[in-house]
Amino acid sequence: MRLDAGTRDVKTRVFTLIVIITNVLGDSALKWGMQHEAQGLSLSPLMYLRAIFNPAVFLGVSLLVLWMLTRMTLLSWADLSYVLPVTSIGYVLITLIGRFFFNEAVTPARWIGTLCIIGGMVLVGLTSPRTTPGAHPETSV
Amino acid sequence: MQWLLVAVIVGSTVLGDILQTIEMKRVGEVDDFRPGHLRSLLGKLASRKYLIVAVFFMAVSFFAFMKLLSVADLSFAVPASAASVVLETILAKLLLKEQVDVKRWAGAGLVACGVALLAL
Repeated sequence: MRLDAGTRDVKTRVFTLIVIITNVLGDSALKWGMQHEAQGLSLSPLMYLRAIFNPAVFLGVSLLVLWMLTRMTLLSWADLSYVLPVTSIGYVLITLIGRFFFNEAVTPARWIGTLCIIGGMVLVGLTSPRTTPGAHPETSV
Repeated sequence: MQWLLVAVIVGSTVLGDILQTIEMKRVGEVDDFRPGHLRSLLGKLASRKYLIVAVFFMAVSFFAFMKLLSVADLSFAVPASAASVVLETILAKLLLKEQVDVKRWAGAGLVACGVALLAL
């Protein structure tokens, strides 16, 4: 089954959205969980084993696995140089969530940074998601 | 120590993403999202060599980032990922033969600047 351009556009947008959401929620849950792990600074394997039993860490890791799989799926048709910038709005959302939780002020530099990222995302979003020939996959999926 | 970790993070992120893209393009566009089909797709993905190496690099990048956060501020650690956006765009053009036009160059540059500004 070959998709027409319109259907692929919708598919690209939906997957981009899922990639962004799972990334932001996964990172946030992981940070939230790790904050409550006392030995957060050590890197012993034991610490990771114990951390995984923390519900927030477990949720974070699960979301990040989902993030990795949906990103791989998106990369099965979209360019890497398209996927990277359009999903980078996650940086902004994570910063905003941090601000919201810790009640910090957003500095002018951060506002300009946010605008830069949104601008970059819009610019790349205007280009076609795929510029390489898509013809010859080894296996049909 | 900090700069070594940044180099490890950027290097493994770039390698992981490039390998992932190469392998997923070989697998071909995923069109069928029925659960049974997704299960068999997962099985296929698990047998792709580059993909396994890519996941390994992603894990290296993830743990190196955690380690970096424990020895450096977030405001130092985050711009490290900004560097990889530009580097990966360059490699996407050179290795993956993607057509990076003016809009994409400008977009990647803006995102990198934005991430660096967020960290201030």
